Amino acid sequence: MASYSTNEFKAGLKVMLDGDPAAIIENEFVKPGKGQAFNRVRLRNLKTGRVIERTFKSGDSIEAADVVDVTMQYLYNDGDHWHFMSPESFEQVAADTAVVGEAAKWLQPEASCEVTLWNGGPISVTPPNFVNLRITETDPGVRGDTSGGGGKPATLETGAVVRVPLFVDQDEIIRVDTRTAEYVSRVKE
Amino acid sequence: MSDRESWRPGAGIATLRRRAALLAGIRAFFAARGVLEVETPVLSRHASTEPHLTSFRAAGAGGQRFLHTSPELFMKRLLAAGSGPIYQLARVFRAGEVGRWHNPEYTLLEWYRPGLDEHALMDEVEALLRRLVPALAPAERLSYRDAFARHAGFDPMRADVAACRRAAARLQLPPLAGPAHDRDLWLDLIVSHVVGPALGRDGPCFVHDYPASQASLARLRTDAAGTVVAARFELYWQGIELANGFHELTDLQEQRRRMLAENADRQVRGLPVMPIDPHFLAALAHGLPACAGVALGVDRLLLCLEGAESLDAVMAFADGRV
Repeated sequence: MASYSTNEFKAGLKVMLDGDPAAIIENEFVKPGKGQAFNRVRLRNLKTGRVIERTFKSGDSIEAADVVDVTMQYLYNDGDHWHFMSPESFEQVAADTAVVGEAAKWLQPEASCEVTLWNGGPISVTPPNFVNLRITETDPGVRGDTSGGGGKPATLETGAVVRVPLFVDQDEIIRVDTRTAEYVSRVKE
Repeated sequence: MSDRESWRPGAGIATLRRRAALLAGIRAFFAARGVLEVETPVLSRHASTEPHLTSFRAAGAGGQRFLHTSPELFMKRLLAAGSGPIYQLARVFRAGEVGRWHNPEYTLLEWYRPGLDEHALMDEVEALLRRLVPALAPAERLSYRDAFARHAGFDPMRADVAACRRAAARLQLPPLAGPAHDRDLWLDLIVSHVVGPALGRDGPCFVHDYPASQASLARLRTDAAGTVVAARFELYWQGIELANGFHELTDLQEQRRRMLAENADRQVRGLPVMPIDPHFLAALAHGLPACAGVALGVDRLLLCLEGAESLDAVMAFADGRV
């Protein structure tokens, strides 16, 4: 089993912690004058997203996690699972609702996602930073009001609800930043 | 750091000028006090036995050498030969030490004073700092025990492993990975995470009277409370450890015993056993004069003076740029 010594620790390194895969966020080397050195580490549990703090004795090793981020195309949802395919290898994986999590509300077929695989199985899905989605329901647009002030809720074709400016109408396509869930602009078809 | 910018020095030119002024100030201080500047080898056939120090190895046509982690043993050979008070501005090398306050190669100011004990040497360290930083606040002196009482809330001289573990939990330290059955390991954890960062916030702070188990090359004595302590001190400023000093051990048998114990400890930890320097032991057999010695990290001192965030900002080319 591959492992990493503390002197290989750096942000982004994927390791096994308490049985779960985790990514190092921050690694600080501390050492008193004459004594034992430590690596004070912040990690993110890649399954739960929770941030964990842990101190390691410098020189200790930790098991490496077989974790890779793969760009995959979202194909369809069969009711239980969300199916993704690598456009290069055509390999397919199925992720359940717990794995897809918040990403679900942005996914449209053919969307290009980052899928994190641990030992070949999906553990998290990151949607594209920007998606173009059709508004299925919102109050009628207020013609002429392009100030962008105020706003109203709009339900998108994926079920997500975002605030949009008053002048935006139902059936229009809008661009949304998935990281903040904020409206960016209208998109002309 | 982009590749296009990675050729640049980490320290600005103005900082490098202040670095040069700092080195000149150190030399002027010792010249005025009649302390002799010396130079000793960087490469040695022997290396430190301390389990927490890793020496770089250098191989060449003449066989293997080690890059020194400190000029201590060579300087003690000079003292035994009758050098009198000596100092050195040495480049030292410690493998695996990389971080905000660590660089594998750095500048150490090390000096020795025959006839002084550690408290008299603390006076001189403070005088040097005052020469370099005229506006310096008065230095504080705190025993290791009092430093823990103040900032960690327990007596480090009496606490066993279980008590240290409870203290670490109470201080809300992140959990320690792996087994930890060594009392000094817990004390080191609490010093490096809690006590040290709290020290020297209003001015320099000397911590003295270390646990006997952390004596390193210091002699042992009994303190006022009847506890055997090491005649060792460290200097903290702005939460950063700047210097370590000893009332030096001069006893040959005790010195040999400690080096062998360190090598035995290395074996337990699965670390390579280091060749003990026979010239150093021979110098002790000849007779090392009673003396106190201290090593001060020059880069860290400059970091404190500049209010810098990391050593990279006060060194021309720290490890990330070489």
